[in-house]
Amino acid sequence: MIPASFDYVRPTTVDEAVQALVDGGEDAKIMAGGQSFIPVLRLRMGDPSLVIDLGGIPELRGVREDGDQIVVGAMTTHHEVTRDDLLARHVALIAEATKTVADFQVRHRGTLGGALAHADPAGDLAAPTLALDAELVIVGQNGERRVPAADFFEDYFTTAIGPGEILTAIRFPKYTGWGARYEKFNRVAQAWSIVAVAATVKVDSGTITDARIGLTNMAGTPVRARAVESALVGQSMSEETVRAAAQAAAEGTSPTSDADAGSDYREHLARVLTGRAVLAAAG
Amino acid sequence: MARIRTTVDGLVYEDDVEPRMLLVQYLRERLGKTGTVIGCDTSNCGACTVHLDGLSVKSCSVLAVQANGSEVLTVEGLERDGQLHPVQQAFHDNHALQCGYCTPGMIMQSIDLLGDNPDPSEQEVREGIEGNLCRCTGYQNIVRAVQDAAQKMKPGAHASTSSSAAAPVAGGGA
Repeated sequence: MIPASFDYVRPTTVDEAVQALVDGGEDAKIMAGGQSFIPVLRLRMGDPSLVIDLGGIPELRGVREDGDQIVVGAMTTHHEVTRDDLLARHVALIAEATKTVADFQVRHRGTLGGALAHADPAGDLAAPTLALDAELVIVGQNGERRVPAADFFEDYFTTAIGPGEILTAIRFPKYTGWGARYEKFNRVAQAWSIVAVAATVKVDSGTITDARIGLTNMAGTPVRARAVESALVGQSMSEETVRAAAQAAAEGTSPTSDADAGSDYREHLARVLTGRAVLAAAG
Repeated sequence: MARIRTTVDGLVYEDDVEPRMLLVQYLRERLGKTGTVIGCDTSNCGACTVHLDGLSVKSCSVLAVQANGSEVLTVEGLERDGQLHPVQQAFHDNHALQCGYCTPGMIMQSIDLLGDNPDPSEQEVREGIEGNLCRCTGYQNIVRAVQDAAQKMKPGAHASTSSSAAAPVAGGGA
């Protein structure tokens, strides 16, 4: 299908984009890479009067180091994230998860900021962003504010980005030397995650000294598997230890039941995939 | 209406388009480039894959206005001096099509893949074309064709097509 008519602007600065959003009112929508947004328009599930394309704003693209954080511009594409040296070295988990998003064509266009702002519970980048304790940089007419990932994801497709505001960057703490793995369970190639687990762990002389685990599609928002994290820390690394700790993975989750999986099966997947993800991350 | 200027298969075009026009519609309906096909209309199948500034994209998921100032390469721009691109030739040689509907997208994605990874394993080919669906399920010969093309595109290889080492890859040429 063809989208309904809309007006289109392509600002070249964040300030212009914010102004266009404020002027456009509630029927104005931001487009990042468009890989979820354009299908929504085509299916007529959205009918904005104005589309504000962030693709022409150079300051929103790229990855840089800022002290003890790695800053990823919101319009940095998945393709760029998977090939970035700074991220590979300091924030491997986000790069690993991004490699599993959709397919090459979509990764060439889709962006980290767009995916996080869209906040699809089955999307792959929210769980690692939460697990990594990232900060999300949001800009509006009153300037910039930073929101911890734990407060950013509010509900299905709902984030802390307010009216007239734009997500401009994601700031990750450095996890240099940590192992990382994103274990994704889906039905066929390029399908959405039924459940996935983002795990990054620090292993020192055979002991797990720190662990961060985020779950995809186990609730309306990404969920931290904190019970597993605490069960792992201080333990000596072994398959038995990890599998035992992973038994707590579904605690505090509220997975949906749908055509792909019932909620009890999702809980099972969370436990199994958590075990696999931690073992692979530690290996 | 928005004015756009694009280079498509080596030629420059200027047109007024509605912002809602998809790139694939622009290519087919304005420029007559019907070699790029619309398959699923849900961003799944990859039949509409073209290269935009050297990277493969699903042209049903890009607005024509987003291609303003960009270079587009479609399956129709691959042939050089009457010679098929090595990937096109390999699809022919390996019987890598049945109904042929997915072929334009498969070829464009395969060229993107080979530009990135000139000697992919079978698994890497399968992952590289995961965004392209063949409903005849003819993947076996498609994978064979991509690996065959990879061999023939290696510098110094004797391809049945001329100047294979200098073959356009991932938006090159034009």
